[in-house]
Amino acid sequence: MAIFLQNLVNSLQWGSFYALIALGYSMVYSILMLFNFAHGDIFMVGAYIGVGVSFGLLALTSSGILAIPNWLILVMTILISMFLTSFVGMIVERVGYRPLRNAPRASAAITGLMIGIILETGNLILLGARRISFPSLIETATYDIGGVFLTNKKIMIVAVSLLLTLALHQFIRRTKWGMAMRAMSFDFVAVPLMGVPVNKVIALTFGIGSALAAAAGILFGIAYPVLDPYMGVLFGWKAFVAAILGGRGSILGATLAGFLLGFTEIFVAMIFPSTLRDLIAYSIILLILTFRPHGFFGEPYSAQLRL
Amino acid sequence: MRRGLTLCVCVLAVAMLLSTGWAKEPTIRIGINAPLTGDIPKVGEGTKFAAQLWLEDIKAAGGITVGKKKHPVELIIEDNESKAESAVKVTTKMITEDDILIMVGPQASKQAVPAAGIANNYKTPMITPWSTNPDSTKDKPYVFRACFLDPFQGPVVANFISKEFKFKKAAVLYDVASDYPKGLAEFFRKAWEDINGKGSVVAYESFTTKDTDFSSQLTKIINSGAQVLFTPQYYNEVALIVQQAHQLGWKKPIVGSDSWGSAETIKLCGKDCYGQFFSTHYAAAGATGETKKFIDRYKAKYGYVPDDVAALTWDAMLLAQQAIQSTGALSGDLKKDRDNVRNALSQVKKFQGITGEMTFAGKNDPSKCAVIVKISDAGEFTYYKSVCP
Repeated sequence: MAIFLQNLVNSLQWGSFYALIALGYSMVYSILMLFNFAHGDIFMVGAYIGVGVSFGLLALTSSGILAIPNWLILVMTILISMFLTSFVGMIVERVGYRPLRNAPRASAAITGLMIGIILETGNLILLGARRISFPSLIETATYDIGGVFLTNKKIMIVAVSLLLTLALHQFIRRTKWGMAMRAMSFDFVAVPLMGVPVNKVIALTFGIGSALAAAAGILFGIAYPVLDPYMGVLFGWKAFVAAILGGRGSILGATLAGFLLGFTEIFVAMIFPSTLRDLIAYSIILLILTFRPHGFFGEPYSAQLRL
Repeated sequence: MRRGLTLCVCVLAVAMLLSTGWAKEPTIRIGINAPLTGDIPKVGEGTKFAAQLWLEDIKAAGGITVGKKKHPVELIIEDNESKAESAVKVTTKMITEDDILIMVGPQASKQAVPAAGIANNYKTPMITPWSTNPDSTKDKPYVFRACFLDPFQGPVVANFISKEFKFKKAAVLYDVASDYPKGLAEFFRKAWEDINGKGSVVAYESFTTKDTDFSSQLTKIINSGAQVLFTPQYYNEVALIVQQAHQLGWKKPIVGSDSWGSAETIKLCGKDCYGQFFSTHYAAAGATGETKKFIDRYKAKYGYVPDDVAALTWDAMLLAQQAIQSTGALSGDLKKDRDNVRNALSQVKKFQGITGEMTFAGKNDPSKCAVIVKISDAGEFTYYKSVCP
């Protein structure tokens, strides 16, 4: 039982990253019918920006300009990096996708791949190939609850990612901008005629998606403090799977699918030899898709997508 | 017009005559095949720095003296991006285009095994300083190494743990997609089961390269009743594995192999790695003689203590130098010279390297000793014990 609970905790943490990244894929897809393949690398950029911001804040506090505790530095790091990374996302959209908005979908898709490669190799040139370790802003505290080991970091990661998902959900349901996004996912042609500033809404979508990826990047850096320029590639692919599995354009679906992916990977490794982890985990996902080709919350036989 | 052309030809002819008349002894080109970028850039850096340090000595002496002639030396340093296919490409390029006499590198078995095949096909001697996988030199008469082998390190670690801690149950966590950890994990399991009986490896878990979350494997290991965890991984994974193990409540020792011995390990892993053990080629703390001299020079020049890769590369460079010198004379015919260097290498006996004494005696793998290192509470790699075959 303790093993089961321990793995449940493990998979909640692991799934959080997939969920947060899948949201960005899902949002962009529902509006532009486009998979932003650079999204995994924006996750990486977010993590690196997080390292930069936290080192900056640490330097400010140690030189006495700012007097704030470490947990506040962490909160500020997350917020500032989310803000900065959202601009990276908007620039990617402006430079990479907007000129190709009416081009064939395949061109836009490979644009994403190319931007991804540019971000990876750009980072490689800028910072070199050595691994960067994320500064440990908070001391790891381990709690033993009946043989199940929790850390303060694990709790924080799951809590923050759920909080962000909830905030996004509220934003899309309750605000005027959110309504514009929903409207555009229904009909991309008619909405501009109603006076909705399409370019701004699209930029905002990319911005929000990237901010979530940045949050995922920083949380990732806290849990697995070894960063490298290619960390986003595999993650991007897997989160992409989660976005599809959740049903295109569904917030709830992407979150659930993200956690499901985490659960599948961890529990497959628990039951089967760990060598077969991804093989079995992704065969299961394939099986689910066979029976639900539109994902959990996708609408069958409909060009219309919901957000 | 005609006259101009004739003049040109004349000038060229004279220039050629002069240049051949003044030419020095032919340059000895040595290829360095290193992972300067990619997964293990620190390994590439150590390789490059050690080779350049060696070149300084050679330059100061005015070249390598072979027989009675002094040959200038040039290093061709190429990046294999820590990829097998790039290592092959770089090897082919250095042998066919740069006309190297001998190649030092690649370091990791993942690149060394395929590159060794190429070097052997082109009949060019190669010394891999760091690759401990048997396949690098197996059935490849032109390929040598400056370190011990995986099959040797497995039993060494298994013996050490059984004798030192009297443990009976061990767990293994390794990367199934990488030659080195996979090979070492298998040899460890075999040796451990020979000592402690069948089934004494209670958890044999794996993951694939680039994985960062090991929580489910570690949960299995922790609940398997293992007394010690052996993980022959590279430094970036070591940090993640050790930290996650501690976060999941593991308090027993974690033992690794020579791939832990990078300056980066402590930087990434921090306090979690203090007190752990690994087997390796040399220990910087507590070194004496030539080893200490090398460490001091390296530290003075590059600002940090050299890791085992740098030390082994240094030995490989000196091995190459000794082999070239003992050929007696270079003919200038690259094919013949490469054969001679190969033969000289296989005859090396009692070579005093900074990582220990090496003897090849007709074989391609040296016989030498391993060192068990303990990571001190100050994060230093300290000499703990020496284990010989």
